[in-house]
Amino acid sequence: MTEEAGKAVQRDKVSREEMYAALALRHGEKIQKKISNATVAICGLGGLGSNIAIALARAGIGRLILIDFDRVDITNLNRQQYKASQIGMYKTEALSENLKEIAPYVELETHTLRIDEDNAVKLLQDADIICEAFDNPECKAVLTNVVLEKITDKYFIAASGMAGLGSANNIKTRKITDKFYICGDEVSDVKDGMGLISSRVMICAAHEAHMVLRILAGEAEA
Amino acid sequence: MVKVNGQEKDVAGKTIAEYLEATGYDLKRVAVEKNGEIVPKAKYAETVFTDGDTVEVVSFVGGG
Repeated sequence: MTEEAGKAVQRDKVSREEMYAALALRHGEKIQKKISNATVAICGLGGLGSNIAIALARAGIGRLILIDFDRVDITNLNRQQYKASQIGMYKTEALSENLKEIAPYVELETHTLRIDEDNAVKLLQDADIICEAFDNPECKAVLTNVVLEKITDKYFIAASGMAGLGSANNIKTRKITDKFYICGDEVSDVKDGMGLISSRVMICAAHEAHMVLRILAGEAEA
Repeated sequence: MVKVNGQEKDVAGKTIAEYLEATGYDLKRVAVEKNGEIVPKAKYAETVFTDGDTVEVVSFVGGG
């Protein structure tokens, strides 16, 4: 089935109005309106980003800006929201397919490229909230510095430290400044021989997604 | 005294670059906030800690 045909099937089953009404019933009309009107950028679509996107799409987010240069690999399937049938596809395309099956009316803007200091501002300027979801610590730091220096009106949620089988309870959200939050235990590095385990990465991704929804609901504290 | 990541430290008068180097941070993996504002990397060498500053050094580890 092509992606377009898949979308059509999902949309036949549920109208935009029915979907919105079901979400408003769960979340409250006032909060749902804010979620449905929001644009969130997700930088990196791996274990963090793919899980953040699905959590936000399920919550009825209005628009997602999805950015990743990479293709789905067999080694991603242990923690990232892709299927074996999607190996080899660009993550932007594979995730769009999966999101549209879950939430047919979410608006998606995809960019299959590497974000860097030169293109970040242009790519992210339409977002209300930006999630950092890279794997590489140097890329995490570059994006953090660019966003906090150059796009100062945005909320920015980053992640650091979620590898291994350490306690789930050590993953936290910490508010650093008015608009900057960090999720994770801030110490568990992949380099220490600890692989990334689906459950702990999902917890960290859920912290990022949850902070997005809290901010949209007017709850700015971590 | 300067509050760095929640702890009082006797580092007033030092630059951010000096502090990061002395404490072994990898400059490529950090973001530094001073009194609620990001400090651009280009200014680490000229930004001096003064008494009463509140500083956060966020040091990223890998994984995602």
